[in-house]
Amino acid sequence: MYRLFRLDLLLGLLCAVLVLPSHLEAQESPYIVTYDHYLEEPGSLEVEYFSTLGTQRGGNDFHAAWLELEYGATAWWTTELYLDGQTTFKDSTIFTGFRWENRFRLLQREHFINPVLYLEYEQKNQADKILKEVEGHDVESDYAPGNASLRKEHAHEIEIKLLLSKTVKGWNIAVNPLAGKNLLPSTPWEFGYAVGASRPLALKASAQKCNFCRENFIAGLELYGGLGAADSLGLHDTSHYLAPAVAWNLPSGWTFRVSPGFGLNDNSHRLLMRWGVSREFAGFGETLGKLLGGRR
Amino acid sequence: MRIVISVGTALLGATLVMAQTEHSRNGASKRHDYAELSKAPEKTRSRRNPLEGDADAVAAGGKLFDQHCAECHGPSGQGGKKAPSLNVHEVQGAPPGALFWLLTNGVVRRGMPVWSKLPEAQRWQLVKYLQTLKVDTPKAESSSTGEAK
Repeated sequence: MYRLFRLDLLLGLLCAVLVLPSHLEAQESPYIVTYDHYLEEPGSLEVEYFSTLGTQRGGNDFHAAWLELEYGATAWWTTELYLDGQTTFKDSTIFTGFRWENRFRLLQREHFINPVLYLEYEQKNQADKILKEVEGHDVESDYAPGNASLRKEHAHEIEIKLLLSKTVKGWNIAVNPLAGKNLLPSTPWEFGYAVGASRPLALKASAQKCNFCRENFIAGLELYGGLGAADSLGLHDTSHYLAPAVAWNLPSGWTFRVSPGFGLNDNSHRLLMRWGVSREFAGFGETLGKLLGGRR
Repeated sequence: MRIVISVGTALLGATLVMAQTEHSRNGASKRHDYAELSKAPEKTRSRRNPLEGDADAVAAGGKLFDQHCAECHGPSGQGGKKAPSLNVHEVQGAPPGALFWLLTNGVVRRGMPVWSKLPEAQRWQLVKYLQTLKVDTPKAESSSTGEAK
């Protein structure tokens, strides 16, 4: 347990040192795996911390955590850095790798369906258990071996997703097909999906600032899983999850999310209990630009 | 490994510089931003605000403005380095439907995000609030006429 909290403490401290004077109130979706088509506001930095507590048959349960720094480079480009780690109970706590994610809005205005291109580079070891995306033939037993053996295998991977999303009458519907590839030439492309729907509990804003107003809560549902690999497409030996999710957006700029994910077949972890906290800071780019002597 | 880190660092640096440059460019071309309002389709321009008679709409819209818009447009809508003033005839004289359309679609290439993630009702509340902002009068004009427009 000590190691579990050591990781939490480290990531929590990283969040704390990034505290900046101004903030925007976030209007964040409850999704943890699925993406809608909304990007970070330009110049804003969102600092996010997420946890996944997973059950593991044939091994020890685990707690995986990641820190996410999401920056709105422009209104059509958001870039993010992820730092991943995990604690496997009765085993060890380790840093498992980093990810660099970029999302590009493809169309200037809102359309019937709004596409965003997602490109990610991952450098991680096989002990990474954040399960931010499930793809190919990822199954629960892949995560059963101890950290000592899993961390020996390193992977450089790319992920490509097409984020399709639409908001109508307060409902957001998002569909994310994905393809991922280990950069080793002998490995095939792997495929997966994530689908989500969400809606605020109230569509009109109340006149007063309030923490517990219904419009501050957004409820949703996610479904995600693998679709096999290029040489073995299909649902055999794949895992799938169904996850209700709730986001609570506070006027102070903080967002809390909770999402229990339930495995839908025998290849899936029975439970992935996820939660996260994030805060958005406006004007980060401007502040940094001044520090770097940028043009004003 | 070192190459990857170097390339990544360089690209991240370029990202920040690009973002800063884009914000600066926006500040220099504020007039062009108002032209977007005229691009609203006629069907949308003619839409009436369904919250026209809602007594709380202005207050709620003001709250939403503080939360989502004031950072760039200024606390009174007077404009800032990143976004133009809303206290101008182009905005105050625009039909509610055009303002709603602009909020929904943003002006992505000039740095204004799309706000369709706010439910329709909240966007209409914002429109109601925006229409309560006063048009800024240039000082010289104000002193010569002795009244605000």
